[in-house]
Amino acid sequence: MSNNTYKLIQGNEACVEGALAAGMRFYAGYPITPSTEIAEISAQKLPVVDGKFIQMEDEIASIAAIIGGSLAGLKSMTATSGPGFSLMQENIGYAAIAEIPCVIVNVQRGGPSTGMPTSPAQGDVMQAKWGTHGDHPAVALTPNSVQETYEYTIKAFNIAEKYRTPVILLMDETVGHMREKLQFNDSSEIEIIDRKKPTCSPEEYMAYKPDEDMIPKMASFGEGYRYHVTGLTHGEDGFPTNNNEISGKLIQRITDKIEKNIDDMSYYDEYKMEDAEIAIVAYGGVSRSAKSAVDEIRKKGIKIGLFRPITIWPFLEKQIKSVSEKVDKIYVAEMNLGQYSLEVERVACKSCTVNKINKVNGELITPQEIIDAVTGGRE
Amino acid sequence: MFDKIEIRLSGSGGQGIILAAIILADAAIEQGINAIQTQSYGPEARGGASKAEVIINKNEINFPKVVTPNILLCLTQSSYDKYVASLDKNGILIVDECVNINMDADYKIYKLPILETAQSKLGTSMVANIISVGALYAIIGQDVISKDVMISSITHRVPPVTVNKNLDAFEEGIKLIKG
Repeated sequence: MSNNTYKLIQGNEACVEGALAAGMRFYAGYPITPSTEIAEISAQKLPVVDGKFIQMEDEIASIAAIIGGSLAGLKSMTATSGPGFSLMQENIGYAAIAEIPCVIVNVQRGGPSTGMPTSPAQGDVMQAKWGTHGDHPAVALTPNSVQETYEYTIKAFNIAEKYRTPVILLMDETVGHMREKLQFNDSSEIEIIDRKKPTCSPEEYMAYKPDEDMIPKMASFGEGYRYHVTGLTHGEDGFPTNNNEISGKLIQRITDKIEKNIDDMSYYDEYKMEDAEIAIVAYGGVSRSAKSAVDEIRKKGIKIGLFRPITIWPFLEKQIKSVSEKVDKIYVAEMNLGQYSLEVERVACKSCTVNKINKVNGELITPQEIIDAVTGGRE
Repeated sequence: MFDKIEIRLSGSGGQGIILAAIILADAAIEQGINAIQTQSYGPEARGGASKAEVIINKNEINFPKVVTPNILLCLTQSSYDKYVASLDKNGILIVDECVNINMDADYKIYKLPILETAQSKLGTSMVANIISVGALYAIIGQDVISKDVMISSITHRVPPVTVNKNLDAFEEGIKLIKG
């Protein structure tokens, strides 16, 4: 089997394969169901490529460690689930303001609190955006298959490196634990982006002076460039400041570098939307049910399609608006009590009605449940 | 020929139900057919209900879970009680001899000494899952997945020191169906 370029593997395993292909060389984490395989497999595979794995005492320490690892120049990742993701929130904000590239994987399970450890949910959508305090950029990607988990883990690293920002890979238990075929990409065909490094002398280096593209060049600790890193608002030299003008500009810049480049990270998929009069909006594991439902509902002569955001944050405002102008009705199906649907409603409510299909009992929404919600009594 | 087979394997945590499902899905992929494998289990490492599912389909597989299995395997009474109602009425039930079942049913029933064979012929209940794989393979048929591919899948997926014992278990499972 080793001669083949495909393999039956789990979503969580594909995440590690993608991370390694993207250049991950440091992983710090605290294992938690349903993300544990990501830690296990990273522990097996990182030493083989001269990378480092460390099991930390908790999730607060885990994200702190990957921020340090990234500052020292290694592409770094951690993985967790709801309870751990809650603990990581403070340092996600730190990574955002200190502009430290890193990837945080959250394989969502039932919550709140320890909830349902082995069951799927999508209750952390808003937390991925607003879990840490203050205005900050948020990037979150949501794969719906083993193949996409591999590919979008690579993209998560690329966005993190290019924009010097934490990126969240928002998986769910369904996708993390299912096994299907992964086709490995030829390594020469994979686009890998690395952070910009300074070319000036250490004396001239201003660690937080942005280029035209709003992104400052990043020196690795230990390379001779000495600079200060802080969670306080800071000037271009990295030292804390309360100067209102400098502080306002900093928060605006770290937000703008994502919002103004949204087209560079807008990933989505459309299925049978060409002539659709009804659209289902679904992401992650639920989008697979939605795709089956679209095929079944079409058999009844109803023109329905699927819009599937892969980029959950930043919100795909332009694309959702265009869907809403085309269809009469949108159904947002998600394994929470209505989170992404709030954003869809905000953008779509002027052009079409927005309905919700929700489930929070620890089971994946089934195609039949979507069919019933859409067709009502029309059987 | 088949288009789609949905298989649900159920038993108790620690019986290797999930590994059995992985081996079947792995073999299907190797055979060039689409397959997806999922599971659900409780927080316990041993005991507790364990369920694993495999969908084998010539076409694209979207919804990854089994709703109405064509084939249901139950190694324990509680898994039979929990899942038998979900079985397709034209489907196939495979249960261990220890399970008390309702024989008055439309689906085809194979009541097999899986756990007993593991203990008496192979000396360990650990291989009950691979005996089950043998029985499932014999029922699904070699026109779907060839025996060589099954053997290769088992060889790659079980712990290396247990390969021979597991391949023996696979043969015993086939014998339970074919005699």
